[in-house]
Amino acid sequence: MMENVSFASTGAHARPVDLPVKMHGRKVEVFYGQKQALHGVDLEIPERQVTALIGPSGCGKSTFLRCLNRMNDTVEGARVVGDITLDGEDIYNKNIDVVELRARVGMVFQKPNPFPKSIFENVAYGPKIHGLAKNKAHLREIVETSLKRAGLFEEVKDRLDEPGTGLSGGQQQRLCIARAIAVSPEVILMDEPCSALDPIATATVEELIDELKQNYTIVIVTHSMQQAARVSQRTAMFHLGRIVEVGPTEKMFSNPDDKRTQDYITGRFG
Amino acid sequence: MTDATLRSLPTAAPTSAAPPRRDIGLKRRYGAERRFKAYGIAAVGTGLFFLCWLLYTVISQGYTAFWQTEIRLPITFAANIVDPRGTGNPDMATLQRANYPKLAQDAIVAKLGIDPADRGAARDAAALVSANVRAELRDVVASDLTLIGKTQEVWILANSVVDSGVKGQFDLSVEESRRPLNDRQLGYIQQLEQDGALEQRFNWGLFTFGNSSRAEAAGLGVALIGSAWMMLIVLVVSLPIGVAASIYLEEFAPKNKFTDFIEVNINNLAAVPSIVYGLLGLAVFINYMSLPRSSALVGGLVLSLMTLPTIIIATRAALKAVPPSIRAAALGLGASKNQMVFHHVLPLAMPGILTGTIIGLAHALGETAPLLLIGMVAFVADYPATPLDASTALPVQIYMWANEAERAFVERSSGAIIVLLIFLALMNFFAIILRRRFERRW
Amino acid sequence: MSTSAIILAVLAIAIAAYALARRKAAGIAAAETGKLHSMPSYHGAYGLFWAALPALLALCAWLILSPILATQDMRSLYPDDLGPQLSAFPGVADDMTRAIAEGIRRMPDAVRATVHQMPIAELSPLLAGLGVPVASAAQDWMIPAALQRIAFDDWSRLAMTIVVIGLALAGAAFALSRIRLRLTARNRVEAVIRSFLVLASTIAVLTTAGIVFSMLFEAMEFFHMVPITDFLFGTVWDPRFAAAGTNASGQFGLVPLLAGTLYIAFVAMLVAVPIGLFAAVYMAEYANNRVRSVVKPLLEVLAGIPTIVYGFFALITVGPFLRDISADINGLLTGTYGSFIQAQSILTAGLVMGIMLIPFVSSLSDDIITAVPRSLRDGSLGLGATRSETVKRVILPAALPGIVSALLLTMSRAIGETMIVVLAAGIAANITINPFEAMTTVTVKIVSQLTGDLDFTSPQSLVAFALGLTLFAITLILNVVALYIVRKYREQYD
Repeated sequence: MMENVSFASTGAHARPVDLPVKMHGRKVEVFYGQKQALHGVDLEIPERQVTALIGPSGCGKSTFLRCLNRMNDTVEGARVVGDITLDGEDIYNKNIDVVELRARVGMVFQKPNPFPKSIFENVAYGPKIHGLAKNKAHLREIVETSLKRAGLFEEVKDRLDEPGTGLSGGQQQRLCIARAIAVSPEVILMDEPCSALDPIATATVEELIDELKQNYTIVIVTHSMQQAARVSQRTAMFHLGRIVEVGPTEKMFSNPDDKRTQDYITGRFG
Repeated sequence: MTDATLRSLPTAAPTSAAPPRRDIGLKRRYGAERRFKAYGIAAVGTGLFFLCWLLYTVISQGYTAFWQTEIRLPITFAANIVDPRGTGNPDMATLQRANYPKLAQDAIVAKLGIDPADRGAARDAAALVSANVRAELRDVVASDLTLIGKTQEVWILANSVVDSGVKGQFDLSVEESRRPLNDRQLGYIQQLEQDGALEQRFNWGLFTFGNSSRAEAAGLGVALIGSAWMMLIVLVVSLPIGVAASIYLEEFAPKNKFTDFIEVNINNLAAVPSIVYGLLGLAVFINYMSLPRSSALVGGLVLSLMTLPTIIIATRAALKAVPPSIRAAALGLGASKNQMVFHHVLPLAMPGILTGTIIGLAHALGETAPLLLIGMVAFVADYPATPLDASTALPVQIYMWANEAERAFVERSSGAIIVLLIFLALMNFFAIILRRRFERRW
Repeated sequence: MSTSAIILAVLAIAIAAYALARRKAAGIAAAETGKLHSMPSYHGAYGLFWAALPALLALCAWLILSPILATQDMRSLYPDDLGPQLSAFPGVADDMTRAIAEGIRRMPDAVRATVHQMPIAELSPLLAGLGVPVASAAQDWMIPAALQRIAFDDWSRLAMTIVVIGLALAGAAFALSRIRLRLTARNRVEAVIRSFLVLASTIAVLTTAGIVFSMLFEAMEFFHMVPITDFLFGTVWDPRFAAAGTNASGQFGLVPLLAGTLYIAFVAMLVAVPIGLFAAVYMAEYANNRVRSVVKPLLEVLAGIPTIVYGFFALITVGPFLRDISADINGLLTGTYGSFIQAQSILTAGLVMGIMLIPFVSSLSDDIITAVPRSLRDGSLGLGATRSETVKRVILPAALPGIVSALLLTMSRAIGETMIVVLAAGIAANITINPFEAMTTVTVKIVSQLTGDLDFTSPQSLVAFALGLTLFAITLILNVVALYIVRKYREQYD
């Protein structure tokens, strides 16, 4: 089954094109112990688009992101209510294997976290554990393609055996993206991927994100309005564990419906 | 600052006169300060003094144990003594029974040019040679039967009294009857030394001989093998179990009453007196499971249980030091939790785990008390071939020798302590190298 | 088949199962559309576990149960009355019968066939010739029982071989039949691995349980013979080894041992605590980095030296040194050169134990003192306090709970220490307040009661477990209180 998301869901700036929905969260609530972090969040994530989640810190945007590949399972005492589907399939269903899910929904973290292994091993790790490569040559091909797609290959092609931790911050983050791509996920979640990078590295990663949306569905959490505006096609504004507004990015930034969105994007709180 | 507080400030003192300096007891206080610091230096100094005193005692008493006085004698393997039936090919039983001390006595008497009829002089001369000569000469013959009937120069052990005398450990000024060597024997020793037939040679026997009631023939061979078996068992038993337990507690266990209980338990076990582990081993392994007493297997198991908490605590610290971002990265790629642990976290924690293990092993190597209870204070002269054979351990051997009265055994036990301390120093050194080499700052 | 051969066979089957399962999974992945749920190697491991685990578990159970059942079966052939010597100890009869069976096994077949007609008097020398000595109390009826035992054991071993290898094959076949594209092999394999991990972590609990129960059982045994009140409150320790048959078993009073233990520990603390604490304060507050980096490892060397070495040091050096120096002092004061410090004395043992504990106190205190937040230190120094005032008025009070717990842990160490007191404290169970005399401790008596020949039925041996239980209880309380304080203290600054 295929759902479609209308880009005209809120507001008057409707767009005629409807895109297929890749992931869909309905009435998602998250509790950390007694504390409720998300209150009934509904969000559709269109395929092969960049969806940005914005909002002041502590608003629940990262929490929601981590629900999409069940990284919250690793947090002690976390509980997720409601349902989230991937291609119409409930990912919190008992029959879903969380490892298989994460192979389809990859994640890139706030701080670059390469394994303390060689660049090659970093990228090859995912294909290895998932058995994606038929042989050594194929594995090498996957690693090279992934590095190329992440725009890192030219910079590191002569030193694939050197440790990934020796790269610069921006290179490390692109290595992490290459590592995520190597598993051939359908969705890539990015949790403030540029917050630890300098402006030049940020620009490179942003360009990369823009290219990647040709092949992947991307959800990005960011605290930078400009970044959301630059890279995303659709934006959801979170506040106090709720979505206050969601719609095409252009419209959100030019003509938001909600007062809080307006205040936030103009920098009154955050 | 608001106006209100400004106004409430006291009127400024006239700037012309400097305020009188208050007496805050600086002199007294600096005196106290100096005294306090002196106490600290004295405390550190006392600690270091004790360390030096201890090491000095051990080394000064023990370094001579690595040399042993030996006497070179031309032994005639007379056929009528070694092979009385004249077969030319005596069996082991015959060789066992032969009167080797007689051979040695004849040789030393001839060497010193004593009249064989002078019984007293011959006895004094023969007493210079270790009673262990029986075993030594037997081994020489047994390894080469063609020697029978021939004469061969052989280095044999001197009696421990001679050894102590040569090393100058006796006060030779005391009256003759009150010292273990009489003047005639001292003369013989001098004579042999001048001939180059008596000298101190490196004491290989200290490392190869089993235990013996004669100091010169007592060695650490059995103890070293026993300790090696036990260390192997400790490594094989407690490293995997300790690492597995730590992985569970650190990476998988939910926070609940049960895991809390295990934690408290482990912390307590680390502080239980070691002798209690000996009681456990005696009751469970020997009495209940009927494993052989005095065996390296039981000793190893007891030491394993004792070392387990150390390894678990070190391993958990090493696992904790691996940053969570590595775990998140692995999980985010779709690694299962097991894969995350075994592919990433464990390899990164390995240097820390090994360092902790080596320190735990070093601790186990020096442990004595529990081994006394499971019967390792045994007189064992033969090498233990398997961990099930009776054996002893390095520290237990030290304990047994320390209880002997003879001067030569004091030297032996000090020597054994030096050997033990060298092993411990090497292990700790290795642990430090490992830590320096692989320590990773995140 | 011998047990090790069975284990090898099972392992061989398991490895074959691994290879086959892996190949089958890879084949399926190649033939069918869709993706394997788990990597082929996990399918292999799935096969391996199914082949090995049930079989090995069955093997363990069989090895434990079979001897018990065999003994019961053997006993059915015993006469109703075992005779005067054996009726009290049926276990001894079992042992002898088992020994006879073992001997008969070693006989050549021709001799073995005639065994059932022999009386024991004829059989015994034959067995002795085969290296199996049989006690003179052996009876004729033991021979048929032994033959029965052999029959049972042979049958049991055959059945075990068939069952265990059968289980391994069946497990392998089952696992192979289950392999398909969507088999969650990885999850199953990981669940097994995880249960191994859980098992390993319960070893710690089992050890504690083992300590408590083993000592409790043996101590109960002891308290059947000696009333617990006599043990706890008795002031005389005189466990003479009674002649067989008499009931005079000596006196087992704990008080003199406990008094000696606490006295020596107290002296040790008097040495270790001031030195250790001042050294820690000096190192944390005064010493510069260069001094610290040299002195700290040197002091830690003291902690790495085995206790037997300290015991030797006390016995060979410190004891004689104190004895001689006391003789000199006595000579200077009174003119008579008699030593008033015995070579083995409370002072010797306490002093050397104190030296051993210095690094223990100093490193624990160092950790605690450096854990006091910098802000407290700066606050005090900023007011113009001197360093020593800061230490005395601010840091030590703030670190007090931690230091108290460190002292409790040190005390527990001192009480449980064995080798130093065995060599330096003496074995006479006195009660005295003169630190120059010898006193003995709980640990010394545990060692002396349990070295040499052991008889697990005599109070002389069993009392060691009652002493061990006492020791365990005291140290446990000290440790628990100390760890509790440390936990509370950590929370304060977290």
